[in-house]
Amino acid sequence: MRDPVIPIRAERPQPTSAFEYLSTKKDELVGWARKFSLFPYPFVTACCAMEFMAVSSSPYDTDRFGAALPRFSPRQSDLLMVVGTVNHKQAPILLKVYEQMCEPKWVIAFGVCATSGGFYQNYAALAGIDKIIPVDVYIPGCPPRPETVIDGIMKLQDKISRERHPILTKDF
Amino acid sequence: MNARIPNPIRPAFTSTEHEDHVLVNIGPSHPATHGTIQIVAELDGEKIVRTDVHCGYLHRGFEKECEDHTWHNLIPYVDRLNYCSALINDFAYCDAVEQLMGVEVTPRTRYLRTLLAEYSRIADHLTCIAASLMELGAMTAFLYLVMIRDYIYEHIADLTGARVTYSFGRIGGLARDLPDGWLKRLEEILVQYDDFVGRVHGLVDRNRIFIDRTRDVGVISTAEAINWGYTGPILRSTGAPRDLRKDTPYLAYAELDFQVPVGIKGDNYDRYYVRMREMDESVHMIRQLVDLLAATPGPINVDDRRCTFPEKAHVYTEIESLINHFKLVMDGPRVPAGEIYVAHEGANGELGFFLVSDGSGTPYKVHVRSPSFVHMGGAHRMLDGYQLADLIPTFGSINMIGGECDR
Amino acid sequence: MPVLDRLQQSVAALAESAAQAHGVLVLQVAPAGVLPLVRRLKSDLGFDLLLDVTAIDWIGQAPRFEVVWHFYSTTDRVRVRVKARVTEQDPTVDSLVAHYGSARYMERECHEMYGIVFRGNDDLRPILLYEGFVGHPLRKDYPKRQEQPLIPYREGWE
Repeated sequence: MRDPVIPIRAERPQPTSAFEYLSTKKDELVGWARKFSLFPYPFVTACCAMEFMAVSSSPYDTDRFGAALPRFSPRQSDLLMVVGTVNHKQAPILLKVYEQMCEPKWVIAFGVCATSGGFYQNYAALAGIDKIIPVDVYIPGCPPRPETVIDGIMKLQDKISRERHPILTKDF
Repeated sequence: MNARIPNPIRPAFTSTEHEDHVLVNIGPSHPATHGTIQIVAELDGEKIVRTDVHCGYLHRGFEKECEDHTWHNLIPYVDRLNYCSALINDFAYCDAVEQLMGVEVTPRTRYLRTLLAEYSRIADHLTCIAASLMELGAMTAFLYLVMIRDYIYEHIADLTGARVTYSFGRIGGLARDLPDGWLKRLEEILVQYDDFVGRVHGLVDRNRIFIDRTRDVGVISTAEAINWGYTGPILRSTGAPRDLRKDTPYLAYAELDFQVPVGIKGDNYDRYYVRMREMDESVHMIRQLVDLLAATPGPINVDDRRCTFPEKAHVYTEIESLINHFKLVMDGPRVPAGEIYVAHEGANGELGFFLVSDGSGTPYKVHVRSPSFVHMGGAHRMLDGYQLADLIPTFGSINMIGGECDR
Repeated sequence: MPVLDRLQQSVAALAESAAQAHGVLVLQVAPAGVLPLVRRLKSDLGFDLLLDVTAIDWIGQAPRFEVVWHFYSTTDRVRVRVKARVTEQDPTVDSLVAHYGSARYMERECHEMYGIVFRGNDDLRPILLYEGFVGHPLRKDYPKRQEQPLIPYREGWE
């Protein structure tokens, strides 16, 4: 049966050896550094832009999370925030921008139009950007309140901090 | 372009007139163009020789979507056209349907709609000016104006429940009446507006850099503006005092005392200043309307069962109200067959709704005459011949709203 | 309205029918009569602003499409609606780009949405839709949900 409550702050498995302890600490350090220095690429299209402007400005302020400075070149950014409806004409542009970003990169689908197409279920709108690119965090709302956006950014930060960075992989 | 990723457009020119010129693609995902627009420009050094403006990157199929919903159900779609001033769209659409049905709203609704329309206009102009000033480097002005806009959003959220797209208009009236204390908070916000906008005036109006960047940049004459279909602040900045609120008054504008600010040259500076003065006129109108509202108590929704939902208490106890409610929800309000074109003065210009009804509860056609789309058709007149860096303030001053342009 | 009555009398000869509805003068013309009527409206009667070009798809009726223009006079402050019916086999009307610059984009949109061909407008590229889109979406026989994606969907999505 599916667990109804998915914990966000998952318990870390306890390290069993000194090497595992060091690598866990290294993962935590890398995760901490990455999550507090997000450079968003605001791929802004529609009405959610109003809430994006509001959440970047004084009352709500994403700068507290280190996620305020936008980088308008995909090569220099690591967080693709798709803000607003993406339609079929825009989809090639979105895919091109996503592919130009370097690893590590994360994607936030901001608003219901980016998540699932919203209430635009017709010939023009792409029903959700996860049909063409993988998405990490979906922020619902039409448009989402700034507090919802901040909650989404915090969830992304939790996800980033829980990532593993193994030194020895099967490819190495 | 990458062979795997297709190019969605076909530019008007793919090679330059002169071998020293360069073809540059600006957009559609660009930091400084507010809205998704692609401009293919041919440059001679820094000077723009010719441009080809491509819109459509936010086309969401509004018209087709409307043909599937009842006259009431499509009000949220209407909201998302000009999302900066969503209430103006609501009321323009509801006005069109009401005129086609032959329904007249109550006096209190007329005043309240006018007040909220002017309030939305302030929010729209704040957004436009804040964004264009930010692109010119005046980040402080952006933060000040967005602060006021945030107060406005929170305030309207007290009334309608949403911050940006409200869906507040109803055919025959509004969703609900004002809560207690709303008008008091309104006055507080207007006082803060005066303070903040005064500061922005002080920072920007006589700033040498701002004047150098916007004076005589993006100039358009009145005759050209009318030829290319411009209305609203852009036409007024050229010197023509054309404003639908004065020319063909609707809602409560005939009873209000306000002026129509006009510019002198039709350049970016005039467009900025016309919008700032229009906001002041809107504040003046709102203060008059607060007094008019206080003197006009009464119902918000017209007592017409063709479009107004009956009270819930009646719906649960009387069979006639139950059936009325059921019919209004399932079939939609029956609008007599015919067509109508109603235009309101939106924040960008003439926002018109062309409705065609076949007598049923769902529209046969809902067409929006969107000012931003028509303005994009003539944008090249303001962009060609100027520097590449001038494209940013010019484009910001046109205030192209993607939802309205591409619908 | 007296202004509209005066207008109705001046143009009645050039139109098939003229009526007033909801404060607007509505003129029905044949497709060939559009250009003479528009020239008259613009030069003599002061309709300097072309507001809108759109079309209505009366599916099941013949002629099927009705092209609708709206004009506004900034001096008299009145509006005029001009309508012309065109058939499905030959949905061609004269373009107004020579008279109004704003017609360029609006006719492009009307063409891509309904398939109306504007004779004289040589730039009828898609404006709101994209290259490679087949069909005219606002026609009543185009299904609302028929998408034509440019990018193939990822594995797991239909």
